[in-house]
Amino acid sequence: MSALGIVSPQSMHFATPLPLQSGAQMHDYTLMYETYGTLNAARSNAVLVCHALNASHHVAGLADANDPKSLGWWDNMVGPGKPLDTNRFFVIGVNNLGSCFGSTGPMHINPATGKQYGADFPVVTVEDWVDAQARLADALGIQQFAAVMGGSLGGMQALAWSIRYPARLRHCVVIASTAKLSAQNIAFNDVARQAILTDPDYHGGDFYSHGVVPKSGLRVARMVGHITYLSDDDMAEKFGRDLRTGKYQFDFGVDFEIESYLRYQGDKFSEYFDANTYLLITKALDYFDPAREFGGDLTKALAHTQAQFLLASFATDWRFAPARSQEIVQALVNNKRRVAYAEIDAPHGHDAFLLEDPRYMNVVRAYYERAWLELTEKENTAVGSAP
Amino acid sequence: MNFKQLQALRADLAFIAHWIGQGSHVLDLGCGDGVMLDYLQTDKQCSGYGIEIDDAMIPECVRRGVSVIQQDVESGLAILADNAFDTVLCLSALQMMKNVEGTLRAIARVGNEAIVSFPNFAYWPHRLALLQGRMPVSKSLPYEWYDTPNLRCATIKDFEDLANQVGLDVLDRVALDEGKPVSFLPTWRGSLAVFRLKKSNSA
Repeated sequence: MSALGIVSPQSMHFATPLPLQSGAQMHDYTLMYETYGTLNAARSNAVLVCHALNASHHVAGLADANDPKSLGWWDNMVGPGKPLDTNRFFVIGVNNLGSCFGSTGPMHINPATGKQYGADFPVVTVEDWVDAQARLADALGIQQFAAVMGGSLGGMQALAWSIRYPARLRHCVVIASTAKLSAQNIAFNDVARQAILTDPDYHGGDFYSHGVVPKSGLRVARMVGHITYLSDDDMAEKFGRDLRTGKYQFDFGVDFEIESYLRYQGDKFSEYFDANTYLLITKALDYFDPAREFGGDLTKALAHTQAQFLLASFATDWRFAPARSQEIVQALVNNKRRVAYAEIDAPHGHDAFLLEDPRYMNVVRAYYERAWLELTEKENTAVGSAP
Repeated sequence: MNFKQLQALRADLAFIAHWIGQGSHVLDLGCGDGVMLDYLQTDKQCSGYGIEIDDAMIPECVRRGVSVIQQDVESGLAILADNAFDTVLCLSALQMMKNVEGTLRAIARVGNEAIVSFPNFAYWPHRLALLQGRMPVSKSLPYEWYDTPNLRCATIKDFEDLANQVGLDVLDRVALDEGKPVSFLPTWRGSLAVFRLKKSNSA
């Protein structure tokens, strides 16, 4: 049970076209979002939480009273008394464009053709998502966020916010993330994409009209992705070379526990995730590189940021290793920005950002306590100086 | 945090704080709970960063609004640019380092001035313990020889030689006891050696 109880999503329609980095535009679109806590009168306590690859606007609380598995993906982080305390902050989770959890995505009708978008859904970038989120903030009357926060791909969005809308956030919280993918990261993403694209059930992205789902492609994509979320040690400890039946089968079925686990994860994923969304989101990951237009100089890319930063990384995360976070820290220090950086010696690889490690939770809690102190001091000064 | 609060908490830091100019950009190596940077930020309008490895200290720094970077001192220094800081603090941390010479060179690289403090091994109770055939255990060296984090034992005279060697000139040199400067027989009566250093022009 979540301390937030049952939560329900909301949606907002945007009729003004959104120009995209690719040169294309979204004519009109809908964003799904959830909120937790209360927006204060000064509208200064809002925190935007950005989601990673397979998550959604459902950050915390239960979506369905009868389903304990409907818990939000960051319920251990967000809620009353949690590190991001909804008794203090008004927290917004928003589902990104191209997703398959309610915001406009490839399974929706393309107004230009009257048919489902499928593979015609425009390729969206982290920056496009941030622009769409900014319009949601406008509509909710939030001029400046107390913080924008995210882990992994969500951390990229937080970082992009600090670059694109420097005055619209006071704090930027970037967890287990990177300022750009490595060749190895892109390679894994392309294996995942190839698995989907070569599945005969993909039908060039138009599998909806064929009444099928490229399940085997999605399944392999998830399996390869999942390997990159876990550490070698973690896998060795959880599965080792354990056999399902205690002996070799001498066939190509499931021998090892790790095979069984990955196949189960792949099967589960292929039942709820959209193949076109997977392609879009991995592409957004690959393209993210804010230093690119500054000749690769991240210090220059972050030169106009105004926020204070918190970064955290995990020692055994080899997907977005601590060195990737250190590069961001270095660029911020070069710009004399205020930044706190925690390097957590957790054994769980990339997935650690979703898990409850007290060292990690304590740093985030302390950071939001500080942000709250600054916010209340500011409010008190504002009240004190009123005529 | 104001000066009185700092003095009550850490008299040695309060003494050292006098040497740091208003509005300086400061690096604090082994910043602990961030109390020094907290004071310098609020009372002297300084900016800067702390480097600290201890998990338990990071939330303390964060709660104080101190920009702390969780790294060991050597790898922390490696990500910092040349001449980035007005003053580098290395307070009661140098004796725990494996590569003291390399760290001092890096301090000279990133900073213009440095303030370095360490327990004075030639403090008289330590000399007395050695005369009695025992490794010293005191308030400033509170560990047994087999479980001490202090890898390096140095005296005031020893340190000065090394500082010169790595391109740092000594501006001031003070021996403190209980946070107060000792003027009579400082190399005997001071438990904490404090050096104020400046990058030498030839470096």
